[in-house]
Amino acid sequence: MSDEKKFAAFICTGCGIGDRLDAKQLEMTATRDGKMQSCHSHEMLCSKEGVQLIRDQIDNEGANHIMIAACSRRAKVEAFNFTDVAMSRANLREGVIWSRPEGDEHQETTQEMADDYVRMACAEVRFMEVPQPSEEQGCVENILIVGGGVSGMTAALEAAAAGFNCHIVEKEGELGGWAAKWHKRIPYRAAPEGTPNTLTAHLPDPVDNDVADLIGQVEASDKISVHLNARVTRTSGAPGRFAADITTESGSTTTENFGAIVQASGWKPFDIDSLPEYGHQHPDVVTNVELEQMAREAGDGPIKRPSDGKEVKSVAFVQNAGQTSTKEGYLPYHSGIGDLISIKQAMYFKAQNGDDCDTTILYDNLRTPGAPGEDFYRAGQQKMVIFTKASVDQVAADGSGAKVKFKDKILDEDVELPVDLVVLDIGMVPNSGPDPYAANESLEGMSEEEQEAVKEELESETAVTVESILNLDYRQGTDLPQLKWGFTDSHFICFPYETRRTGIYAAGPVRRPMDIKQAQDDATGAAMKAVQAAVHAAHGEAVHPRVGDLSYPRFRKEGCTQCKRCTVECPFGAINEDEERYPLFNESRCRRCGTCMGACPVRVISFDNYSIDTVGQQIKNVDVPDEFEEKPRILVLACENDAYPALDQAAVSGQEISPWARVIPVRCLGSVSLSWVTDSMNNGFDGVIMMGCKRGDDYQCHFVRGSAMAAERMAKVGDTLSTLNLEPERVVVHEVAITDIERAPRLIKEMEDVVERVGLSPFKF
Amino acid sequence: MSDMNTAMVEKYRNDFLKEVEANVEEGQWVKMCMQCGVCSGSCPLGNAWAHPPQEIFMMIRAGKRDEVLKSDSMWMCTSCYNCIVRCPRELPITHIMHGLATYSKRLGLAPKTQPTSQFSEIFWNNMMKRGRVNELKLGLSLYFKDGFGQGIKNALANQKLGMSMMKAKRMSPAEFFGGHGIKDASGLQKMIKKAEEIELAKLKANT
Ligand code: SF4
Ligand code: SF4
Ligand code: SF4
Ligand code: SF4
Repeated sequence: MSDEKKFAAFICTGCGIGDRLDAKQLEMTATRDGKMQSCHSHEMLCSKEGVQLIRDQIDNEGANHIMIAACSRRAKVEAFNFTDVAMSRANLREGVIWSRPEGDEHQETTQEMADDYVRMACAEVRFMEVPQPSEEQGCVENILIVGGGVSGMTAALEAAAAGFNCHIVEKEGELGGWAAKWHKRIPYRAAPEGTPNTLTAHLPDPVDNDVADLIGQVEASDKISVHLNARVTRTSGAPGRFAADITTESGSTTTENFGAIVQASGWKPFDIDSLPEYGHQHPDVVTNVELEQMAREAGDGPIKRPSDGKEVKSVAFVQNAGQTSTKEGYLPYHSGIGDLISIKQAMYFKAQNGDDCDTTILYDNLRTPGAPGEDFYRAGQQKMVIFTKASVDQVAADGSGAKVKFKDKILDEDVELPVDLVVLDIGMVPNSGPDPYAANESLEGMSEEEQEAVKEELESETAVTVESILNLDYRQGTDLPQLKWGFTDSHFICFPYETRRTGIYAAGPVRRPMDIKQAQDDATGAAMKAVQAAVHAAHGEAVHPRVGDLSYPRFRKEGCTQCKRCTVECPFGAINEDEERYPLFNESRCRRCGTCMGACPVRVISFDNYSIDTVGQQIKNVDVPDEFEEKPRILVLACENDAYPALDQAAVSGQEISPWARVIPVRCLGSVSLSWVTDSMNNGFDGVIMMGCKRGDDYQCHFVRGSAMAAERMAKVGDTLSTLNLEPERVVVHEVAITDIERAPRLIKEMEDVVERVGLSPFKF
Repeated sequence: MSDMNTAMVEKYRNDFLKEVEANVEEGQWVKMCMQCGVCSGSCPLGNAWAHPPQEIFMMIRAGKRDEVLKSDSMWMCTSCYNCIVRCPRELPITHIMHGLATYSKRLGLAPKTQPTSQFSEIFWNNMMKRGRVNELKLGLSLYFKDGFGQGIKNALANQKLGMSMMKAKRMSPAEFFGGHGIKDASGLQKMIKKAEEIELAKLKANT
């Protein structure tokens, strides 16, 4: 294609835009200030004819850079879908006429707003390039699945059903994981609707273990290859072109290519032996995992006491053993399903040892999640399982048998309960590899020497204790980054399967504790994501949240100072290093967040359709009135995922937005360059508001760390402002959620008040 | 009756919940309580009770036989039905309260001086005479249950109430001499006696 840029502008006068604004004036702005070579108005640009008008300009007149002034860029995306050109959009509907009141007294400022947005969109498109996808590659229809438990097998079957091949790598000698060892499982369904609440109503019972069926299906599939007693000893490449070494116990290694990876490495039982108060060293005190084995061995006959083989006639379940405590050596979280497991196991005793076997569940907070939860609880009660709200102090040997010392929290008294057997509800610990960022996390707030010491210690520790699962040859570490307590990091609201390594999806209890049913749902989601990732990578397209984006970071090597900020700050580990120690971008690992672009101090990183200039020029093209006009200008850099839609929604719901605001959507606050802030100040803007997603442990940032990175960088902006003799409160960073439709306009209003208080910027010319 | 108490203790040993299941009206529901406390919170009198309903259910499950059966708590229930309406597990709580009271009375464990229990007895005996309640005599026996002097005091204190009842024809001084009744009072007495025999036999069979 020719390098010459040909610009065309299109202005929509529908949806009331033509009534509220002077369209002729907008056309003039687009051609004169915006330097568009042609400008076309249409009374309904998103209609068939309107779209055709644009298409004709592209096809017949050679327009390859188009500016559409109409509704928000989030509206009518199907109509305005021109993938072969560079396109920008001026938001005249939500951004101007819907967020400003009607009336003559407002007309002047409203028209100014519209003119600015047209100027900005023209400037943006002038500095854009038509996105060129990186080289197309064939689609590798092969998924690597690490772990052969319920999650892994389900993922394999789902991917196979979608037509993909799979390789399951299982470290044990057989498929099935823990779940295959269970005697029975928790039911999946509640009692049918309309079941009466009577003492004899039929409520869900424990269900026969059906993991063997799953194993059978996997073995029967000609699309699934299984590697037992095997590990992944090296993973290199990127989505669409991973290469993994699969090494068996005997030492033989095969290398396979994969389009994407599912990590379903599962969990292990918490080691309760380290907490002596639970008395696990005594034979008649067992864990819930061990009890499954005992119940299974008993067949349908009575479960026997381990110490002397006596039939168990009384059993106590100690819930939440060693969990939910900040005390050293305890699990800090609750595994969620332990109460359902104990109800199930209490029913084993009622069924196998007889109705007269006393079963007491000592709980503090009873949790029975899932559709059948409440019915299953009632089923246990129907069978005379006794539930006692208690805090357990000690489990001790008592000749043969054991006794539990606890406080009854309803009757407020200390109790000693002698029983034949005690079952401990222990937690689930994720099977994760070493966390690549473990060192960084614990370093905050330490001096440099302390940091070094911790790093060294962590490195030696993790090297010894935690074995890698994926052995990624990424510069940023061998395994998936973790959120906390060893669980894989993922965007818990929007993209639960997505990890911080593109094309690698976590499923099952490695993500959070869960039961068989939840793990199967999880694995299905992850398998679908993996299939998508392989296909997207083949086309050179981004996966979520910028699905289908063809742009990717390019960098000007000559300018690079090898500072490595991009390599370190990329939340997805997408950037390696080449032999000359320059950054090496892997576009299919990249999520197109722009965090690297915002990080680069010498501004050499850009995308075809998003760069320092596409935003910087928008800022420069805002018409800043001189100080005598007393019209402040407030720059709003709003995250396109949450804050920008919140502002659109505010306009839809009839809220006013300050006439002084000029809003520019950014991919992520992480992509915000400090230069945009200083440029806007130098251009006479009076205030800058950055709106990004929530950061921290319960972050909502769609690019995980982008919002946090921005907050860190902007913490230093105060210094820059003082060198310019400007008040630090002129620049603020806010966390804005997509639901903040009343708050977002208010935050802009607050900046208006600040400007009112500290006065207009002295930099207006 | 204490024979029966001993027999029950023998039979159920430490399983009071099973004893309640077998012998107390609606007692099979006790195991379904999920200890949410809504009943105790809803009971207009709950905070005046030694053991509000939720606690009684937990005590039954914890095997606290004597504390429950000798308690005056369930005698305090006014049958307002607040708890039944609100219990998320739909336990017939009011009925269980009365069932427990009746059972403890049968075993001879009910507190002797608890006013509602005394009133119940007076009411029952009064009603059984003629098959109708004699309001005048009921009132008098209630006032004088704690002795003559106290009876006069009680009667004077409630004078106004008595006068209004007479004015509204809810009570008549003529009731003092005989009073109204049903046609076949002795038939009713026989019927009730038979019913009691059946109930007792059932309890005995359970021991
Ligand atoms: S755009 Fe984001 S994901 Fe891509 S390389 Fe840069 S920081 Fe990494
Ligand atoms: S941040 Fe910029 S200067 Fe630093 S290594 Fe990356 S590309 Fe080079
Ligand atoms: S309201 Fe019902 S379930 Fe709740 S404590 Fe009372 S009896 Fe139990
Ligand atoms: S019916 Fe009895 S127990 Fe229930 S709320 Fe009323 S007084 Fe309390």
